[in-house]
Amino acid sequence: MSEQRDIQYHAHDPLVTVEAVDLAYDSLTVLEDVSFAIDRGSFVGLIGPNGAGKTSLVHALAGGRAPAVSGRITVDGQAMQALSARASSRLVSVVPQDTALSFSFPVRRIVEMGRHPHRSRFSPPSSDDQALVDRALERTRTAQFADRSIDEISGGERQRVLFARALAQDTPLMLLDEPTASLDINHQIETLELARDLTADGRTIVAAIHDLELAARYCDRLIILANGTVQADGEPESVLTAPALEDAFDAETVVGRNPVTGRPTVTAVSTGEREAQASRLSDRSVHVIGGGAGGATVLERVATTGAKTSVGPVSSDSIVTQRAQTLPSECLTTEPFAPVSDALRRAVLERCQNADVVIVADAVVTAGNQLLFEELDPEMEMVIVETTPFSRRNFAGTGATETYRSIRERAVEATPAGVVDAVERCCIGASGKSTRESSDRSPPETTTDD
Amino acid sequence: MYRPGRILAWSAGLTALLVAVVIVSAALGPVRIDPVTVSLAALNMLQVPTGLEWRVTTAFPISGSLRYPGLRYAPVFAFDVPETSQTIVGDVRLPRIALAATVGFGLAAAGTVMQGFFRNPLADPSIIGVSTGAAAGAVAAIAFPALVPFGGLHLSAFVGALLTAFAVYAIATEGGRTPVATLLLAGVAVQAFLGAMISYMLVHSGENLRQAVIWMMGHLHASNWVDVQFALPFALVGVGLLAAFTRDMNVLLLGETEASQLGVDVERTKLILLVIATIVTAAGVAVAGVIGFVGLVVPHMMRLIVGPDHRILLPTSALAGASFLVLTDTIARAGPAEVPVGIVTAALGAPFFLFLLKKREVHAV
Repeated sequence: MSEQRDIQYHAHDPLVTVEAVDLAYDSLTVLEDVSFAIDRGSFVGLIGPNGAGKTSLVHALAGGRAPAVSGRITVDGQAMQALSARASSRLVSVVPQDTALSFSFPVRRIVEMGRHPHRSRFSPPSSDDQALVDRALERTRTAQFADRSIDEISGGERQRVLFARALAQDTPLMLLDEPTASLDINHQIETLELARDLTADGRTIVAAIHDLELAARYCDRLIILANGTVQADGEPESVLTAPALEDAFDAETVVGRNPVTGRPTVTAVSTGEREAQASRLSDRSVHVIGGGAGGATVLERVATTGAKTSVGPVSSDSIVTQRAQTLPSECLTTEPFAPVSDALRRAVLERCQNADVVIVADAVVTAGNQLLFEELDPEMEMVIVETTPFSRRNFAGTGATETYRSIRERAVEATPAGVVDAVERCCIGASGKSTRESSDRSPPETTTDD
Repeated sequence: MYRPGRILAWSAGLTALLVAVVIVSAALGPVRIDPVTVSLAALNMLQVPTGLEWRVTTAFPISGSLRYPGLRYAPVFAFDVPETSQTIVGDVRLPRIALAATVGFGLAAAGTVMQGFFRNPLADPSIIGVSTGAAAGAVAAIAFPALVPFGGLHLSAFVGALLTAFAVYAIATEGGRTPVATLLLAGVAVQAFLGAMISYMLVHSGENLRQAVIWMMGHLHASNWVDVQFALPFALVGVGLLAAFTRDMNVLLLGETEASQLGVDVERTKLILLVIATIVTAAGVAVAGVIGFVGLVVPHMMRLIVGPDHRILLPTSALAGASFLVLTDTIARAGPAEVPVGIVTAALGAPFFLFLLKKREVHAV
């Protein structure tokens, strides 16, 4: 393909340059002073709140006349807004969100439309056209329903057909406009993985993506559009920070790290909720017993409300330990695979005693830590979070099952997402109980005013 | 990928159907003539150009006669056919049938283009006011012959149609863009205004009222070869040009933004399609009056049969439209009292359209 020759030839030039670009619909300016360059073979995500101009920028990159573009956009050295539709559609293809396909064209005809900009008005399709269409159908796994009508297939399949059409268009730059907005999670991942594979072949992809976590997971680089311009631009890890997201989305978020993919995760919290919780929990202390991803998530959620947290016992190489270091959280660790020492057990029990609430989150019970669970004070306020059944976390035999059941009976159950609410309820309960039963724990005076 | 075989097969089949319908139609009438005689008489009418000659037009009475070059024709065949049969077939029935075929061919093709262009199943060739404009021109020529600067009824209707389409397009265009919805609404408004003008002219048309009303109903009565010579080149050349844009029409069905991203110069293509479809429609309406439903129903019918791909839909619709109008005009003149063909097309077309509507087939353009 000539395209591959080009890639080698200009390997060091950026494929796309956007220089001081303003986008406007009539008198309404959508984006102002946008500048960036995109290297060949990269996968760039455009993120930002609704109405930030992601789709407008996609249209402008494709050489469209609406919105009006001032400034300069080039693809492969060509000024896009000066090109004819035919010339620009040989450089840039677009996978739309959905399409006005409400008529019964066979899937193959739709994919063939991708060859439209390459064909002359009168000549029949070349064998090249044919081969590219076949390859696009295979690559997107749409070949098996190539002869079915576009209005008979599912939304996910339609999305793949549109992808195949853009692929058949065989352009160095592919733009995806919210390609996953109407898809379920497995199709979202499938679509983005296909896109990532294409960048491995030297194609360049720019995708407007709604889902921040998917964007972080698949893109090499994220550009946040907000407040009428580029708010942040860089690798996902450097761009997806709570302050940057708060600026862009006007919502508070908790940014963590996905334990499986190692990419950033973003959890939005409404500002009011978060402030209210923070003010109620900021002078509370919480101890978390638990490990693994579940324990890490719970610890992060509680710690980001401002509560004083401690966690343990955990192995020094555990994900929880790593997470605790990024949070203001005390971590009581053991060496990997070592049993819990008497001193450590006493230290943990002391933290539990001093804490307002103890959270048991997906705790793994072993012969080495079984004693700890037996010695937990039954009068403590406890929240239990379970995402895997206890039988799979019990390595200490049936005696441990009995101990765990008695803990579960007196604890408040919560999901990982609801753990902060559960902690809050316990604190209110504890303060009520403390006045009634004059418990030896002394809650701060302020809470009795609540 | 692209199956020219399928297009050729359908086109050949529909051409054969058209020939059959023409022969049957030419055989029917007050005097029945057997199909073989009809065929021979029709072949006798075939002429080929043999040279150039000067012609004189009287279409512009103010500027006097105008000389223009034309082709000299000579007949190809000389089959032995009784003179009365030859006259009835060649001079009375065939011109009318040929005109019906020409007008049906053009209107159905233009209707196919408009439905695809507007992505609206209710679009037909007259949606941007072409027919109403032609009617205004024709009624003006009939009611106030002295006020119309050019004498010919056809020319007056043709110019009225083109002026109206141009006005609608100009009104709907802003900043180099012509949104389809605006075009549609401008068409409705201009048609309403012209409707008022036509009604006013009809009220004051006096003894010409009947002629004007008959014209507006669509008629092929008293057609001659001159009418055919006027309309046929527009229909053939126009549909031929439209055929070059069938792939663009397919892509335009995806919507303008997507079409542009697939390499279609949307505004230019829209203008070209609109101009050609308007001229083809105007030529047909100018000679035959307002014949409804051919441009609406025939494309829908063919879309059900051959699918939405314009590469096959356009030629098959045009050919089917030709057969449809020949057939309906045969019915129109076969009864004891002849009725304008527009009445028959609407009387047959409307129930058929309702049938499609109930079957939910017309929702998908």
